Amino acid sequence: MSLHFIQEPLDKAAPHVVPTQAVTLNVNGEDHTIQIAPWTSLLDALREYLDLTGTKKGCDHGQCGACTVLVDGKRINSCLALATVYQGKKIETIEGLGAEDNLSPLQQAFVDHDAFQCGYCTPGQICSAQGLINEGRCKTEDEVREHMSGNLCRCGAYTNILSAVMEVLHDGQVVVDNGTLVTIPAQPTQSSSVN
Amino acid sequence: MSQTIATPPTVRLDSDVVGKPISRPEGPAKVSGAAKYAAEFSVTGPLWYGYVVSSPIAKGKITKIYADEVLAIPGVQQVFSHENVPSLAWFDRAYKDDVAPGGSPFRPLHEPEIMFSQQPVALVVADTFELARYAASVLRIDYDVAEFNTNLEVAAPKAFDAPKGKTGFVPPPKPKGDVEQAYADAPHKVAGEYVHHAQHHNPMEMFGTTVDWLGDGKKMKIYDKTQGAPNVQQYIAKIFGLSKEEARIISKFTGGGFGSGLRPQYQVFMAVLAALELEHSVRVVMDRSQMFSMGHRPHTVQDIRLASDDQGYLQAMEHNALAETSQFEDETETVVNWSGILYKVPNSQFDYKLTKIDVNTPADMRAPGAATGSFAIESAIDELSYKAGRDPLDFRLLNYTYTDPTENKPFSSKRLDDCYHEGAKRFGWDQRNPEPRSMRDENGLLVGWGVAAGCWDASMQKAAAKAVLAADGHLTVSSATNDQGAGTYVIMTQMAAQTLGLPLAQVTFELGDTEMPEAPVQGGSWTANSVGAAVKDACQAVGKKLLKLAQKMDDSPLAGVDFEDVQFADGHIRANEDISRSVAIADILAASGEAKIEAEGKAGPNPINMLKYSMHSHNAVFVEVKVDEDLGTIHVTRVVDAVAAGRIMNPKTARSQVLGGVVWGIGMALMEEAYLNNDLGRYVNHNYAEYHIPVNADIKKIDVIFVEEEDDIASPIGVKGVGEIGMLGVAAAVANAVYHATGKRVRELPLTIDKLL
Amino acid sequence: MNSFTLTQATAADEAVRDYAGHEHAAYLGGGTNLVDLMKYNLERPSHLTSLGLLPLTDITSLPDGGLRLGALATNADTAWHPEVEKRYPLLSQTILAGATPQLRNAATNGGNLNQRTRCYYFYDLAAPCNKREPGTGCSALTGPNRVCGVLGTSESCIATNPSDMCVALAALEATVRVQGPNGERTIKFDDYHRLPGDHPEKDNTLEPGELVTAIDLPAEGYADHFTYLKLRDRSSYAFALVSVAVGLKMNGNTIEKARFALGGVAHKPWRDQEAEKMLEGQTASPDLFRKVAAKVFAEAKGYGEGSLHNSFKIELGKRAIVRALKQATEMKYEVNPNVFLNSNP
Repeated sequence: MSLHFIQEPLDKAAPHVVPTQAVTLNVNGEDHTIQIAPWTSLLDALREYLDLTGTKKGCDHGQCGACTVLVDGKRINSCLALATVYQGKKIETIEGLGAEDNLSPLQQAFVDHDAFQCGYCTPGQICSAQGLINEGRCKTEDEVREHMSGNLCRCGAYTNILSAVMEVLHDGQVVVDNGTLVTIPAQPTQSSSVN
Repeated sequence: MSQTIATPPTVRLDSDVVGKPISRPEGPAKVSGAAKYAAEFSVTGPLWYGYVVSSPIAKGKITKIYADEVLAIPGVQQVFSHENVPSLAWFDRAYKDDVAPGGSPFRPLHEPEIMFSQQPVALVVADTFELARYAASVLRIDYDVAEFNTNLEVAAPKAFDAPKGKTGFVPPPKPKGDVEQAYADAPHKVAGEYVHHAQHHNPMEMFGTTVDWLGDGKKMKIYDKTQGAPNVQQYIAKIFGLSKEEARIISKFTGGGFGSGLRPQYQVFMAVLAALELEHSVRVVMDRSQMFSMGHRPHTVQDIRLASDDQGYLQAMEHNALAETSQFEDETETVVNWSGILYKVPNSQFDYKLTKIDVNTPADMRAPGAATGSFAIESAIDELSYKAGRDPLDFRLLNYTYTDPTENKPFSSKRLDDCYHEGAKRFGWDQRNPEPRSMRDENGLLVGWGVAAGCWDASMQKAAAKAVLAADGHLTVSSATNDQGAGTYVIMTQMAAQTLGLPLAQVTFELGDTEMPEAPVQGGSWTANSVGAAVKDACQAVGKKLLKLAQKMDDSPLAGVDFEDVQFADGHIRANEDISRSVAIADILAASGEAKIEAEGKAGPNPINMLKYSMHSHNAVFVEVKVDEDLGTIHVTRVVDAVAAGRIMNPKTARSQVLGGVVWGIGMALMEEAYLNNDLGRYVNHNYAEYHIPVNADIKKIDVIFVEEEDDIASPIGVKGVGEIGMLGVAAAVANAVYHATGKRVRELPLTIDKLL
Repeated sequence: MNSFTLTQATAADEAVRDYAGHEHAAYLGGGTNLVDLMKYNLERPSHLTSLGLLPLTDITSLPDGGLRLGALATNADTAWHPEVEKRYPLLSQTILAGATPQLRNAATNGGNLNQRTRCYYFYDLAAPCNKREPGTGCSALTGPNRVCGVLGTSESCIATNPSDMCVALAALEATVRVQGPNGERTIKFDDYHRLPGDHPEKDNTLEPGELVTAIDLPAEGYADHFTYLKLRDRSSYAFALVSVAVGLKMNGNTIEKARFALGGVAHKPWRDQEAEKMLEGQTASPDLFRKVAAKVFAEAKGYGEGSLHNSFKIELGKRAIVRALKQATEMKYEVNPNVFLNSNP
């Protein structure tokens, strides 16, 4: 038996490639102009054209959350976003949240709680957690677990991710079972950049 | 067994760091996105991108590749396939990596034959990633399709005894007594078949390689995702006939591996091939579906028979396993042996067979073999405990063994009993109603509590490290080992700081570069032990040089003191007998006039200890599940994992390893399975959306307990490793808890909704 | 992914014209399904009409007491809109049960209606699939088909619609507003998606070039008695094996009006109006619910036994209906307005 597998019929349209055009993206407060075609995802634009490799590619299909970035303060999967339609929006990546020598409260909490192992899902987890805080909807552990479920972690660091997010979410306070906040006394807390 | 050593008086301050919960030094780089993984390094010139084309058929032959059609697209640089790959190493031996199983390794793009679905058949190289991906998608390939079989049951009649040869594989233990007779005579018995299907590692980082073509002969910097740079180097050097200088492998961060990165994967072959042929920098990254093309935990069917006497003492144990392997290699795991190591039983027999189907060679995956075997034996033990009318925990303690029955050797250390006791206490096991279906929560859900145990090898491999103390007092230690998230960076930093008595801030540990001293692949839970001992050895060698230099100083307070009689602490060398006889390391360096002091160290297994002792880590896992019986849903609401694994170098990162192991166990228990379509010869859920791994909402409360264990036999530094042990027993404990909740015994994983309807 | 041109339209009629002016065009909403499909080479448009700038993001009250959901409002904004939360908590809960926060922040309401099946074979170019390539056959009939349907299937396709949101929209009897080359029209939600029959390549009844502009909800939101029960292979971020959306109007223990729909079992959100009628005017009871569940699955057909095959969905579906109706009548559990927390509260 002979089989002919054609992954795309060439007769539909002769192979052609749409030319690139200048696209300006506002990333971490700065405008960057790159030459890309419409087929470049926001994720690839960041990683391959802007060398902002903190945003990770875990599946490239919206199935893992490693590519999470904030657009106008909301978390999205950058792998399913075409870069060209994100012109004029405020894009924030892990590099914009804090630097190695100047970590944001969430980043610091992830280090303190050992909320990662291999570190590959981590920027996405942190951007997602920042999005969760921005949304202002979640308080309890169960709510945070559910709303952090868009970010897979194959190392299985979920327990510590939860602890890190809870710490920053409540700025050092804890939530007791009935949902109310209880302040932990005498705990020096850093001011949070939650907005 | 452990000997008491007179403890020298110590005044250790911030350098007393081994065993402390230190945060990872690479943490800030990871949380800020600064840590560079293989596909993220910049190269000197322009970068081209390769995209792999995978076979849609399971078996057959490529008859034609229409490469010209895609080469006509502007920007497409080359299409590599068996048709145009230059002649490489002649013998397939060259393709054997350090941890390859027996058989003939797969040679990418070597021949037109297709041996498994998703086999890489071509590499398209283009100016951009998008173009390479597009060109790969329109590359037409004709195949002649051959008949195939991917069904283990169909191939079962052709099963054969698993051959020896693979690193770490231990053949099944020899039989003892008369199992048939003992089983026939015993009052309580169980017999069952335990099954799990193929599971895929699915690390978050997809396999990728960036080759930086340096434009100096064939010299390359090869940034690869791997669990062992030296293994990749020898593989690449042999295949392409390169020197070690030409094929430098760099792997600073590895985005998870879990065994998938032990053997070199095909993207590194592809990237190096393209770079050499095109004399250009190239990046090749697999896509997520291709992550299902490269080895998996093998589908295994296990048959167990167990019998006990009236009091619950085990009388007979038979444990047989049949696993899949590929047509071309014999992937072997140690599956059945653990049953014999864990329990005392007078009559036992074991068997482990393989059978060949048309899939890629399976691969070691976290706790390979043991995760498989422990699910089966720990489920069967649980079943028998009910038959014998004993509490499942009591039943295990009743049949506890203080020596390894399979080899008739003492354990170098074994505190599994304490794992049981401390775990049970933390869990509240004494509150358990032994009757199945007897416990419910406030919402009426059935509650079940289950227990299971596990054990894993405490093994050591050859490893080397180098320590360099600079004149400014900063210590840099390096080894070509790996950190896939296990915590290598932090524990080696701790080990080095502790050995030379330096503050952590003054110590840097580097890894993942073949220009560093050689280390084994990161697997088998042996890194902490092997590399840790090498780091200590290297630092001690530096320490000896420092002492000599100190003794050359005018009026040296350490004159005449032996190395064995000094301690390194708080940035000083001090005489044990009189710590006021002390010299600051900074002063030694200044006085010596040396720019740096360096030394290499090494470590390896102790063959005499290996002959005399059985060396293992152990754990006991306690699980609570809640089951909605009408709907078949299971939630794991509470886990206590008590681990005895020798010395814990860093309780913070070791805890993370065990937490991760528990999550893996929950995944294995409840959801992980690659669905094999035997008509297509192909896994059909080859993506993260349909191959389910646990998400945050699946994971509730997990407690980790480390039972203190001293063991200077298994390791010169007392370490047994924690990478695998945490996962063991979890799947069985979940299944046992589900039985306790529902009265329903499920012997096939995963325990999806349909299995409880 | 093939190469394509892209236009950003700023108004619906401009978008419709742009689409009509290109061969092999597609509308791009949030991209969460289309871009995914394009990366797998399952959709290969040569032009995209991007809708991101269209002013169709509002959620507004209608004169008849209903609510209009802009087609380009995101799923997240819809689920957390105060009017939706208050008047249509079933819709809110159902949206939150689907996908992830990231996906819901990008995915649009119009796009949610048009997302394509997650059948393994539709997603795998190496497998025959009538939906992807008509006439090639259906690999799911005999192969692993855990995600596939048991109701309204045909021998050419047993794929399911993967949407959660649409299950609630079916129960709520929404209306879809579309605009196309021939002007505007409305489509009753029951008529929007179709069964596979001999043309599984067609998921819905949109004509070429038609664009969803809004989804209208009728005034009745069943805010006092509702539930969305979703059963899946992990606690979150998974498509439904079986799901049930229920809206009831109760008078004491008597069901005055009942609407419910199922997800994960058919090529469209599955409604059974006869079964709904069986509930109306009756006293809520487990026995009644079991009869209704049996009616819904009376004609169901499973495709193979065991975990990888979907016959189990018939029994699971029945039990899910019974449980969902029980939950909606009793309303004993506390609804968390922020999050769909658990499939079995």
